[in-house]
Formats: sequence, C-alpha cells, structure tokens
Amino acid sequence: MLVFLESHGKELQKGSLGVLAKAASLGDADAVIAGEGANALAAEAGKFGAKKVWICEDGEVAQPLPQPRVDVLAHVVEEGAYDTVLFANSVLAADIAAGLAARLDAGLNWDLVDVELKDGELVGKRPALQDSVYADVGWDGTPRLALFRAGSFDATATGGGEPETTNVSPSYAEHSTAVKLVGQDAEESSGPSIEDADVIVAGGRGLGSPDNFTLAEELAKALGGAVGATRAVVDAGWYPYSAQIGQTGKTVSPKLYVALGISGAIQHKVGMQSSGTIVAINKDANAPIFEFSDLGVVGDVHEIVPKLTELVRARRG
Amino acid sequence: MKIAVCVKHVPEGPSRLDPSSKRLDRSGEGALNHFDANAVEEALRLKGDSDSEVVAVSLGPQKALDSLRKALAMGADRAVLVSDEAAAGSDLVATSRLLAAALEKESADLVLFGQQASDADGAVLWAAVAERLGRPVVSQAMELALDGGSVRVKRQTEFGYDTLEAPLPAVVAVSDAINEPRYPSLKGIMGAKKKPQDVLSLAELGVDSGEAGEAGSRTTVLALGDPPARADARKIEDDGNAAEAIVDFLAEKRLV
Ligand SMILES: Cc1cc2nc3c(=O)[nH]c(=O)nc-3n(C[C@H](O)[C@H](O)[C@H](O)COP(=O)(O)OP(=O)(O)OC[C@H]3O[C@@H](n4cnc5c(N)ncnc54)[C@H](O)[C@@H]3O)c2cc1C
Ligand SMILES: Nc1ncnc2c1ncn2[C@@H]1O[C@H](COP(=O)(O)O)[C@@H](O)[C@H]1O
Repeated sequence: MLVFLESHGKELQKGSLGVLAKAASLGDADAVIAGEGANALAAEAGKFGAKKVWICEDGEVAQPLPQPRVDVLAHVVEEGAYDTVLFANSVLAADIAAGLAARLDAGLNWDLVDVELKDGELVGKRPALQDSVYADVGWDGTPRLALFRAGSFDATATGGGEPETTNVSPSYAEHSTAVKLVGQDAEESSGPSIEDADVIVAGGRGLGSPDNFTLAEELAKALGGAVGATRAVVDAGWYPYSAQIGQTGKTVSPKLYVALGISGAIQHKVGMQSSGTIVAINKDANAPIFEFSDLGVVGDVHEIVPKLTELVRARRG
Repeated sequence: MKIAVCVKHVPEGPSRLDPSSKRLDRSGEGALNHFDANAVEEALRLKGDSDSEVVAVSLGPQKALDSLRKALAMGADRAVLVSDEAAAGSDLVATSRLLAAALEKESADLVLFGQQASDADGAVLWAAVAERLGRPVVSQAMELALDGGSVRVKRQTEFGYDTLEAPLPAVVAVSDAINEPRYPSLKGIMGAKKKPQDVLSLAELGVDSGEAGEAGSRTTVLALGDPPARADARKIEDDGNAAEAIVDFLAEKRLV
C-alpha cells in the first residue's frame, strides 16, 4: 500500500499521517512525499509506520498544485508495483486522487471513513446520502484508490523506525505543469479564537445578508459564545475567514453548536460534528444538517432567532 | 470563444438508494444540481454580450434534458446530453471517460464545473476529466477572470487564499461562493425550447459500451447498512413556539 503524505511548509499534514497509521495497521505501508524539503520529512513518516518513503523535490512540485503530483504518483505506483493508494481528503489531495484515477484508469472510492480487510479483500466504508446510509464499497482491479474524509483516523505514532528512502524524478506531462501559483495570502486569524469556545453560534447563507449576522452575534452574546461561519459566507465576504468552520477552516468541538441557516454539507460537518450538542434552524425540512442535529428546527431564522435571543437573555438574567 | 459547462441532473427532495441495484433511485423528479447553476452563471458572466458560445453538457438519463433546458433558460446557447442505457451506473472513471469524449468533440476554450454534485458529493470529477483531456485544472474558484490567453483564479484552501493562473484551454471548477445564479426569465424559458439540444448515444460518441456503465467502472457497492445510531435526535416544525422549545431543550441539557 502507498500513502500520499501531504506536506505544507515544513510539516506533514495530520490527516495524511492518520491514513498512514491506518494503512500500517493493515499491512506493509509505504509513503510518498512530494515538495520542497521532502527529504527532511521522511523520518517523521517512519514514526507513523512508513517502511519506505519515496521522495520528490523537483521544482515542478514546489507549489501546492495537483497535476505534477499525478505524474509523481503514477511513476511511484509503477516503480513500486503498488496495488493500493490512499489519500486523506484535502483541496490538493482530492484533485490528485481523481487525476490519478483517470491516468491509471483505476477505481477511486471517495469520502471513505474507514477501510478494512475482509477475507483478504479491501473494503471501504462510505457514508452516502447525507450520511443516512453506510455503504461497503470495493474495487474492480488494481490499483485501488481511496480518498478518506477529513478526520477519519487519529494520527497516532506507530513506533516505526527510520524508513528506507528513494528519490524520484518522473517526467512531467505538459499539461501537468501549466498552472502557476501567482499569489498567496495566508489570512491571519483575528478576534477571539472560536476553537476554545464552549458555545458556537454559526451562520450560513440562510441568514440572507451580511447584516443579518447580527442575529448570530446577539444570540452568541446571550449564550456566552463565539460566532462561526460557513465557507459560502466567508468567501462571499460576509464574515472573516478566521470564523470559518469545516474542511478548509477550523475544527471545533464546543459543548453547544447552534447552526443558523446552514445546509450541513459534508465539508462543513467534518469541522463541527464532534460538538457536544447540535441545534439547527433551517427552513428546508430536507436539509442535510438535520441528519446530525440533536435538535432540528424547521423554520425561519429571522422569525425564531430574535425571540430565542430574548428568551436566553431573560433566563440568564 | 467557447465555454462548456458540465451540469448534472440530480434527484429532488430526499434521495434514496435502490436496495436491489444499490444505485441512487433516479425514478422521481430531478433538477439541475444547484452547485452547477453557479457554473452556468459564471459562464454567462464571462460571455457578457460578446459572441462567445456557452454549451451546457451533461451525462444522464433522458430526463436530464430538463436540467439542460434550465441552463438554456438561464442563457446558455446550446445543450449536449450524453444518454444511453449502457451508461447507467458509471462511476468516476467511466463518467470522466464519457464526459471527456463529449468535451473533446466540443473543444471548448474553457470547461467549467460546479463545486460538487449534491447527490454524490464527490467534488472530484473535474480533475479526472481534465486529466483525460490533457488540460490544466483549477478547482474551488471563488473568483475567476479571463486575461488574454489565460484564466486567473482565486481560491480557498486549508492554508488561506491562493491565486492561480492557467493557460487556455483549461478546466475550472467554481465554488458556490463565486456568484448568485440568476433565475431564468419567462422569455428565457420560452426561448430555451428553440435552442439546439443534441442527445448523443455511446455509439454516436464513439465510446464502446464496455467502457461505460458498470462494465466501464472500477468501483462497486458491496452492501448497504445503517449509519451508527445516534442518541435521541429530535426534529420539530416551527409552529410559532420554536424559540421556547429550543430554550426548553437547552435547559434540559443544562446548556443555558
Ligand atoms: C473542497 C471543499 C472544501 C470546503 N470547505 C468548507 C469549509 O471549510 N466550511 C464550510 O462551511 N464549507 C466548506 N465547503 C463548502 C460546502 O460544501 C458548502 O457549499 C457550504 O458549507 C454551504 O454553506 P451554507 O450552508 O452557508 O450555504 P447553503 O448550502 O446555501 O445553505 C443555506 C441553508 O440555509 C437555509 N435557509 C435559507 N433561508 C433560510 C431562513 N430564512 N431560515 C432558515 N434557513 C434558511 C437553506 O434551506 C439552506 O439549507 C467546502 C467545499 C469543498 C468542495
Ligand atoms: N453526470 C454528469 N454530467 C455532467 N456533469 C457532471 C455530472 N456529474 C458531475 N458533473 C459535474 O462535476 C461536478 C462535480 O461532481 P462530483 O465530483 O460528482 O461531485 C458537478 O458540479 C458537475 O459540474
């Protein structure tokens, strides 16, 4: 089995180390690291169970872009004769996995939350239809590609030793190196951190306008909590990135999470599903968020939230 | 210039899996995947009042024409539907093969995708299609601009915001934050009927039926089961007293 380890700066991403640890628990697991400073990260991969680490430090993989990494992986899969390649979901990894599937005509099962060996066959666990059904999925032929939902496995060191390393430099397809990164801004978090809050009131597009975020703010104040947001409203400029919860934002686990006008997409869910109690208000009775709320209220946030804030204020005095 | 937009016809309302075929039950009403409305909107915005052509492309059952007509009603110029019994049940590998074949015929300068199919939540198809077309790909675009022979995209990742540039022809998947899709006007809806709508079989596409559907797929669904049980989830309709009900619930849980 081969695991794609995503590196950013001088760090291996926890999600991919979790997938590596899981792979190592099933059998022999090797890893591939592609990017600047990859060599220096190999030892770390060993601690999470990699026997062998394939390393690519070519200029083509200096930027966090998927297509040149498809070339690296296709090369390594062939060199190492791997029958299984595992990825932890991320913006980068999803595009690599799907590109590799097309390149190798290989089956890709995505959004898996677990994988096991049943009678020697690899079987993936895949929640479907807003997680209301859990499917067992398999692969026809090899290599088998699997993309795991963020946070599926804990990154626990397996106590492995120093891995064997091999440097690789594949040839790159012309289209693979055509995209260029021309600007980057890592947004600094500002304001109170939502990661430590006991109560989070999060707002989504259902609030209707940036101004209506005051509804979330007032309720958060009344409950003594912080305000969170979905990517849809952050990217639309309604609320700062530092408040974003989900796959590409923060992962939170407050005692109470109140979702206002949030549909409950998987990418949002992975950032808040371990909250103690989840209350959701959404006017669409079929909204996915109701599948994982402890209390789901089908209704209009504009009607309910002002009253709710009043009642909470009155109660807390 | 020509812009192709990939759109999916998805089941409306609560969806279910057919226990015997283990496939999504597509017998009910369907609608244009709402994430794809953002892609159609972006194509129309890029077109503006130029003479660029916007072609909506879909793979699906005959009924998918309804969703293509919605794209036409919004303002797309032409629709192409790949539809064939033998294509049902196509997984990522097979779907990307068929869509790439249809897009190859169009040779558009820019191919747009939506953020995700609301019934499958893959958010992956574009990368597979781009690989088959041998074109650069950029996903999660929250801002998109054409700049001579290239496209410039701003996108959010786990680490902040990146600006990327890709030479045309390119494939771009847009995020749901990129725009507010327009509603089709009455005139648009009336006009849509007269716009060209081609339905292609696998044979017309030049793809062997063994390359499509389950035969052309590399993944399988082995069994369906229930999700892990969750403690007493409750759902109520607001009858005017929802705020009180929420406070009672919070009090019961000692959260207020
Ligand atoms: C790679 C990737 C990464 C992503 N990362 C993240 C992430 O980190 N965080 C994140 O949140 N998303 C993320 N997303 C986006 C995610 O898939 C959804 O698009 C997003 O979460 C939707 O935000 P929303 O719920 O605010 O908007 P919508 O999906 O538009 O939902 C709005 C909801 O409000 C309801 N509503 C409307 N009006 C009212 C009203 N008056 N009263 C009550 N309810 C109302 C509607 O019924 C609807 O359910 C990511 C997507 C991808 C592909
Ligand atoms: N059957 C289809 N026909 C045309 N486009 C599709 C189809 N399925 C998915 N897409 C496109 O691919 C995007 C991502 O889909 P997915 O990877 O399945 O979540 C969608 O937003 C659509 O733009």
